[in-house]
Amino acid sequence: MNSLLKLNQVEAYINQYHILHNISFDVREGEVNVLLGRNGAGKTTTLRTIMGLNSVSKGTITYEGENIANEKPHIIANKGIGLVPEDQGIFADLTVGENMSVAMKQENAESTKRLEWVLELFPDLKKFWRKPGGQLSGGQKQMLAIARAYVNENELLLIDEPSKGLAPVVVEKVTESIQQMKDQTTILLVEQNFLMASQIGDRFFIIDNGETVHHGEMEALKTDKAMMKTYLGIS
Amino acid sequence: MLRHMNKGTVIYLLMFLLLTLLPLVVTGRSMQFILIQIFVFGIFAMSYDLLLGYTGIISFGHVMFFGIGAYSTAIMFDRFEPTVGYLVLAVIVGVVLAGIVSFIAGILTLRLKSHYYAMLTLALAGLFLVAAEKWTSFTGGNDGFTFGLPDILRDSNMIYLLCLISLALLFFGLRRLTASPFGKVLMAIRENEQRVESLGYHVLHYKVVASVVSGVVAAYAGVLYIISLRFVDTSVFATDFTIDVLLMTIIGGVGTLIGPLIGAGLVEFAHHWLSGLADVHWIFERWIILYGTVYILVVIFFPLGIVGTIRAKLTRHPLRKRNDLKGVGS
Repeated sequence: MNSLLKLNQVEAYINQYHILHNISFDVREGEVNVLLGRNGAGKTTTLRTIMGLNSVSKGTITYEGENIANEKPHIIANKGIGLVPEDQGIFADLTVGENMSVAMKQENAESTKRLEWVLELFPDLKKFWRKPGGQLSGGQKQMLAIARAYVNENELLLIDEPSKGLAPVVVEKVTESIQQMKDQTTILLVEQNFLMASQIGDRFFIIDNGETVHHGEMEALKTDKAMMKTYLGIS
Repeated sequence: MLRHMNKGTVIYLLMFLLLTLLPLVVTGRSMQFILIQIFVFGIFAMSYDLLLGYTGIISFGHVMFFGIGAYSTAIMFDRFEPTVGYLVLAVIVGVVLAGIVSFIAGILTLRLKSHYYAMLTLALAGLFLVAAEKWTSFTGGNDGFTFGLPDILRDSNMIYLLCLISLALLFFGLRRLTASPFGKVLMAIRENEQRVESLGYHVLHYKVVASVVSGVVAAYAGVLYIISLRFVDTSVFATDFTIDVLLMTIIGGVGTLIGPLIGAGLVEFAHHWLSGLADVHWIFERWIILYGTVYILVVIFFPLGIVGTIRAKLTRHPLRKRNDLKGVGS
């Protein structure tokens, strides 16, 4: 299977702090790849660095064969990478519809098709189309954040902790939606909820102290109790 | 045609129509002058609202654009002939100059945090003020100078109409702009710049365009201001005007466009009435104290400004909520 995105010995700082020491992995087309690790391991920083929101001090990030390290975020986004941030980044004063139209950038047959599909997937968004984003519930905001990234014809979605702070029933809905998106988009997911990650992930990468320490098939990780205990604190 | 317009547009059109007919009822020169000032400062405040309310950019030197418009008109009429042709030329020179200055200020600072833009505009406004004070052969310095107007504008009713029509056109134009996809991106930038960037928008371009449009509109307000006074001096570059227009925008409601117009009306009427009460009590001589008190009260009781607070209350209204859920997504 082709590698869509490849990180090679990536290092990054936030101010004077050395956060990423040696991140290397590749994301295969059509798969859900999951970044796992304890709090503070550098998972979110990895996503932000891919997106150009943090600068790369060493190493390369290759997307479709082109080095995108230290490119501006809007250039990276226009290459087909979408980010669903941990805080969702909803524009609170804009309505759901306006949030979606800002994300769509241009309306054409493809984006309209995607919009229809995503509104079928998240009927709540259709229901609250004219409601300001700031007045949505946590789950609805998460759905809007995912829908916004999906509608923009992205080939790769970077999704950061979509289950964070959500009720179990909403987590199920979000899991289901990511599973459905999997057929159409490659996904790189950061997730603390191992149950969710193991349900939708094809491959995993474990990050510890800013380094990728393990990777492999998700099925194999499910049975490796020792690794789960050491790096994820799951016994 | 009215059937195709939304309720808001019809109400605003009716209001502008009523204001057009007002000179037939209100014939006093001083009241007409106050209304002209409200229209002029309403335009100036709307330009500031585009920057602060819609894009989240703070400017401490917005008055320089106003001054550029004012001086380009005054100098044009003084050096050449006061004709409609030169008025058009003055408007073009004023808005182009303002556009160039705001473009340069924007390109230099808007990629950084917004306070750099605020500081640079403050510095540039100071520079323009000093230049106007020192270059007396060209600007008349602090003493200023008077100039003649084209024949068509010698009647104050015509100046009233010119200002009102300009206000209406710019109001509907800016309303259209802020409701367009471009305007929505500006609002999104105000809320979360980094997020907009990672959606694929080059945020700097949008902020520079907003800065240029805002500067151009402010320059046009300066043109109208100077026509209404027939006199120019260096006060058109004074920081007081920026503070006034900031207060008008905050009192009326940032990010509402109609709010700054209401703010301009309140501030201008308060200025007129409170200073007119100087004979009643000495405190009114220092009307700025009362003005400050009103401002503090507005900030406490209307934190989103008058229009912003009313809108916020309406959107939480149960009836409004029910309407939000009806037939949406279509």
